Amino acid sequence: MSRVSVPCHVKGTVALQVGDVRTSQGRPGVLVIDVTFPSVAPFELQEIVFKNYYTAFLSIRVRQHSSTHTPGKWVTCLRDYCLMPDPHSEEGAQEYVSLFKHQMLCDMARVLELRLILRQPSPLWVSFTVEELQIYQQGPKSPSMTFPKWLSHPVPCEQPAPLIEGLPDPSRVSSEVQQMWALTEMIRASHTSTRIGRFDVDGCYDLNLLSYT
Amino acid sequence: MRKAQGSWEKRILKSLNSMCTELSIPLARKRPVGEQKELLNKWNEMGTDEPDLSLFRPVYAPKDFLEVLINLRNPNYENGDSLSFRTHLGLIQVPLKVKDIPELKEFFVELGLTTGQLGIDDSTQVPPELFENEHVRIGQKVLAEQDGAAAQQYIRQGSPTALRADLWALILNISSQPEDILYYEQLKTNVIQHDLLVDSLIYKDVKLTASNDDYYFVFEDYLYQVLLCFSRDTSVLGHFAYNSASPPKSYIRGKLGLEEYAVFYPPNGVIPFHGFSMYVAPLCFLYHEPSKLYQIFREMYVRFFFRLHSISSHPSGIVSLCLLFETLLQTYLPQLFYHLREIGAQPLRISFKWMVRAFSGYLATDQLLLLWDRILGYNSLEILAVLAAAVFAFRAVNLMEVTSLAAAEAVLADLSTLKVMPLLQIFLFATVT
Repeated sequence: MSRVSVPCHVKGTVALQVGDVRTSQGRPGVLVIDVTFPSVAPFELQEIVFKNYYTAFLSIRVRQHSSTHTPGKWVTCLRDYCLMPDPHSEEGAQEYVSLFKHQMLCDMARVLELRLILRQPSPLWVSFTVEELQIYQQGPKSPSMTFPKWLSHPVPCEQPAPLIEGLPDPSRVSSEVQQMWALTEMIRASHTSTRIGRFDVDGCYDLNLLSYT
Repeated sequence: MRKAQGSWEKRILKSLNSMCTELSIPLARKRPVGEQKELLNKWNEMGTDEPDLSLFRPVYAPKDFLEVLINLRNPNYENGDSLSFRTHLGLIQVPLKVKDIPELKEFFVELGLTTGQLGIDDSTQVPPELFENEHVRIGQKVLAEQDGAAAQQYIRQGSPTALRADLWALILNISSQPEDILYYEQLKTNVIQHDLLVDSLIYKDVKLTASNDDYYFVFEDYLYQVLLCFSRDTSVLGHFAYNSASPPKSYIRGKLGLEEYAVFYPPNGVIPFHGFSMYVAPLCFLYHEPSKLYQIFREMYVRFFFRLHSISSHPSGIVSLCLLFETLLQTYLPQLFYHLREIGAQPLRISFKWMVRAFSGYLATDQLLLLWDRILGYNSLEILAVLAAAVFAFRAVNLMEVTSLAAAEAVLADLSTLKVMPLLQIFLFATVT
């Protein structure tokens, strides 16, 4: 299914912490990222793609456009999705992640705003976030092509035009051409996969020094 | 990790380049016809050649690589100055996920106490009717059916000596087709036509390691035949798709910077280090035909051995193996670990060389082949780390009494009398934790 990227504005991360940021010893374990779509009308969300950077758990809340005039409520569409099976070790820490519409808890039909809530309970990591965030909506369905009339309404079989003298029978020519084509396809398909393995350039392998680039 | 691998590779390239310029030997040159003829005649006895290799030195040794691994740091990892739960007591400071003993027990379930093993249940005291005969019969059936998946499952309990060569070929998917033999002959021609600096490194390595080993010196000629061809084999370049390393590049003389004259050096992209020839030596016991021996070694390399000398976060990569070893030792032999650390003998400094060589040259050959059976069966190198920890556990009493790194090394210098499978079984399944 095709997808189309939706331009989004990712606001800076906000750390949620109890107490004063400067005086307390620990680092924040919860970050919130707001994603707005200033130039796009409420759309149907298809996919969220990002690169993880040491975030352990992800929750997503969405605010949808409502038909009434009241502003939409925030609804949780993904709760505590685990990105790192063990928050203290490296597994999953830098992976690319794709989240789809069908994994969400609620309908994503008219998305106005997204809020990503990142949690990293382990004190081992200096910082954590998600990077390269991209939102996709449903792409246009493949345009229904209008078939040319002669494909959908085949003309009833006509009598072939009378053969011009001297020319070979067209049906015989076409069957011979087809046989030749089949032969070339066979040869193309059956060539051995073993490579020759040339490592020199035209027989010359005179090298000076190794290159660092 | 990738950055570290990149800078490590740069160091190796610099070292090779400086060797090149110091000795004024080109990286590669075409052999004159007379020399080509001479080499062709001597092909089966290259060991008798005694070229002057005194000026060559190996590009790097395992202990240099260990220093690089010890210095791996994640910039996002908070280590803190004071000792806390987050400090790694061992040498490796990267918090990769490694299996603990319950997970290892599940992974290596066929090594359990209630399952028959070759290496334990085929000893002379055990009557063969109990396990060995039946196991051999099943092995013959697996070979007759040519079932690769069944072979991999079967070999977890060890392979009978008579069937081992065929079983390994089945698991590694090697069959000697005429085109494979032709390919090997083509590589041989490449060796004869071009002389590479890497060849001298290979010669030196074989002379330093395999030729001095009581078990392997007879195979010296085979080793040259395999390793020289290996470095001409461009199909090995394919494994860089899943290896964190990249092959070194060079340009044809006079055409620096022109992409159409860029080539890989050596043609297979792998620069041998001190001890590299030990990957091939045990295989010589199983295969006597050079082209088959070559294919088996190549497949073993691109499946397993390359992980032992490149930096990556793969669970079978050397960094994970080192961390697994240290974690096992710390968790299950804490007193020993603490004692060794106090006397300045970090256990990894001793066991690293065992793991990098997959224990080749340290264990007796029959024991080594039983170990490599399990590597193939479980498709993982983690068993090397488990065995290293098991060896420490076995010699723990002696190690508690040593007071220096040299003495610890002496206690663990000779592993040739060890029986691999009982050690593994006891460590995994019979140790009271």
